[in-house]
This record gives sequence, structure tokens and C-alpha cells, in this order.
Amino acid sequence: MAVQEFLSPKSLSEAQAAFGEGAASSWLAGGTDLLVGIRLGARDPSRVVDLKQIPELTAIEIDDASVRIGAAASAFDVLHNSDVPSLLPGLAEALNLIGSTQITGRCSAGGNLCNASPAADSIPALIANGAQCRILGPEGERVLPVENFVVGPNQNALAPGELLVELILPKPVPGTSDAYLRLTPRTEMDIAVAGAGVSITLDSSGTCTAARVAIGAVAPTALLVEPAGEALVGSPLDQAAMDAAVAAVRAAAKPISDKRGPAQYRTHVVGILVSRAIANAQARIEEAR
Amino acid sequence: MNKPLNKMAVQATINGERTAFLCSPGQVLADVLRDELELIGTKIGCNTGDCGACSVLVDNRLVCACLVLAAEVEGKSVQTVEGIANGGELHPVQQKLLEHGGLQCGICTPGVVVAAKALLEHNPDPTEEQARYWLAGNLCRCTGYDKIIRAVLDAAKTMRGEAA
Repeated sequence: MAVQEFLSPKSLSEAQAAFGEGAASSWLAGGTDLLVGIRLGARDPSRVVDLKQIPELTAIEIDDASVRIGAAASAFDVLHNSDVPSLLPGLAEALNLIGSTQITGRCSAGGNLCNASPAADSIPALIANGAQCRILGPEGERVLPVENFVVGPNQNALAPGELLVELILPKPVPGTSDAYLRLTPRTEMDIAVAGAGVSITLDSSGTCTAARVAIGAVAPTALLVEPAGEALVGSPLDQAAMDAAVAAVRAAAKPISDKRGPAQYRTHVVGILVSRAIANAQARIEEAR
Repeated sequence: MNKPLNKMAVQATINGERTAFLCSPGQVLADVLRDELELIGTKIGCNTGDCGACSVLVDNRLVCACLVLAAEVEGKSVQTVEGIANGGELHPVQQKLLEHGGLQCGICTPGVVVAAKALLEHNPDPTEEQARYWLAGNLCRCTGYDKIIRAVLDAAKTMRGEAA
């Protein structure tokens, strides 16, 4: 088989009609995973439905309460044509690591999420920031937290015909910042051995009042590690709290051993990444004061 | 493998000229540029978006033409390496690559030229580190990158009107 039809709907309702029953259709956002999948024979849609002519899918909107990123908005637009990097520097760090300049020009946070790689860079950063997925399907709309959207390696929670429309992140309250770090053998153009996304809020005395910690590439899906966040809340991010958070992520990590690293190494490294990401987020908060 | 019969008619501006072409729904832009439009300056290396040899600009956005469906460029502007020079006058990036010997076999060069031009329009005064990160998706297996980077930074100086 080969792609028989290319459709470019201009609205969500047109998109749903274009997708049809869904078995033989694929949504196209940036195409950086889909077109490689078709080339390698892993994907074989007969109909491709491009999402980038639908305004909601490429919009990036920031209001008093939330940051909304259309599921097909390119990482380049988020990084260079929006205020997201100043509000959510950790999410920007993650999006900037997805690939080269050429890939960044096309790839999207929504596509990175739907592709659902265990090592996807944007997913821990989205989870740490409490991102929600707005999903539209034949049965109507639903909203799902990012940590529940990925259900297994390269498997997402979308039912046939459902579409990820946008990611909705709470706008960070004052005293909040985030950070994302990953380890790769090379400086650039590589896939994470382990990754860590954190978002923390500190009060004026430096005491942590809220924290979310997420880890990537060390389990079948990126994980929200609630005990790690709980270990930080109420502390001044002292050594005892950091040690407890690191122990919590190491306990949650269930990595495989592969060419990128043995499980024991990944478990160790993800703890270090989390502690450094917390320190980076803390430094950003202090810098903003 | 069944070849689809349903060709699509696409209109786009390619290197400044209004152009119409036919493509299959699943055909990528790199193949249309080379096979239908005879713009063979765009090279195909990996066909998976890793090597950057097929770098082109679509509405001024740097992309890999192997990861764009040709049908997606309907109504858009595409610039390939053939559209970079101003008639017979080389773009500063091209001139400086020649002067610095920033190429050997030449397969990566069209992609490097397009990507470097995009860099200097985005950031006229990049640091060496910024230039290296921007061009990290353009693989060269000959030069070891140093001469490419020297050439791009030198071209940036020229374009800013500073003496080399």
C-alpha cells in the first residue's frame, strides 16, 4: 500500500469528517515521526489528514490562567515566536532537544506526546508542568492529564478517530519555575538515556510550596513521581529533602538495559538529573526575584 | 507495491517563481524537487530527517524536504539551494564556503548553504556555539565541520558589513 489520499481540513469539524472511521487514516502534524514511520514500513496509512491548516491546532495562546499550545504548533514557533520560553523555560529546554533545527521547524509538543516514545523529551516537562490534553473525538470532548495520555511504549490513549487538539498548562504562579535535563552520550542529536522535568514553587522565604517531578526514558512511559514532589514540599530544598526526592525517583524508575545504558546506570543517573533540575529551577526563581 | 493513480495538482512559489506540479499524495517534497522539477541541488542522504542534505526553506522555515509531503506546500514559498545566489552573484555563505574550503565531496553543501542562510537571517551575529548548534542537523563526513563554521561566521561578518 501507499498513501492514497492527502486531506488538509480547515476546521476541527472538517478534520473529523476527513479522518472518517479512522482505521486507515493518520493525522499529520509535523510529520517528523509519521513520515519516517511510513518510509520504514512501520506505518501504512492510506489517508493522511494534515492538521496545520486548522487554527486551533497551531495556535499558541497565553492568558491570565493558562498556556495553551496547539497540538501541531511547531517547536520552533513555541521557542521563537511565543512567550512560552520565558514562562516555562524547562518546557522550552525540552522542546529544543527534540531534534535539529530542521526537525524543530516541524515537530510539535503534541506530536512528540502522541508518538509516545519512552524517551520523548517534551513529555516529562509537560507532566512536571501539569499539562492537560484536550481531546476531540466522535463522542465529543474529553480532557486527560499528560501522565495518563501515554499508556505504553509508542502507545497513546487516543481511541480511533480521536484527535489531540491542544495542550493546556496552568500559567505558572509567581515564585514558580521549571527545568528539564537529560543525559545523552553526544551533545546534540541523540536520544535520552534518562530525562528529568521538574516544576517547583517557592514562597518568599525559599520554602517549597508545590513541586512536581517527572522522569523519562527510565520506564515504559514517562512517569509523574508524586513522592518526589511531596518530599520537597515544606522544605527549603535542603539536602535531606533533595536526598528524599532522589531516592523517590530511583525507587520509581523501572528502566530496561539497552545500548543506551544498563538499568542500574539509568536508575542512578535519573536521580542526579532530578537533583540538578531542581537546583536549576530554584536558581531561576531566585534570579527572577 | 501499488502505485497510487490519484495525482494531486499543487501550486507553490519555488525559488521565486510560481510553479505548478503533480505529485502523489504520499510523495515527499525532496522527491518532487529532484524528480519532477529537476532541482537536483537538493540532495537526499538518509531520507529520515537525520542528515540535513535535503534542507530547504518552506515559508522561510528551515526543514528537511524528505520530511515534508509535497502536497503540504500548496500556496507556500519554497527556497532551495538553486534560489540562494542572486543571479551570477554568490550568496556570502556560498562565497565564504569556497574561500575557506568548507566542502570536499559536496553532498552536504547544498543543505549547509540553505541552513546557514536561514541561521544568518534568524541571527545575524551568532556565536560559534550558536552556529554549531543551528547546523548540528547538517552532517558532513568530510571536513570535520571546522571550515564550515569558520566560513559561516565569516559570511555573517560580511553580511553585517564588517571587514573580515
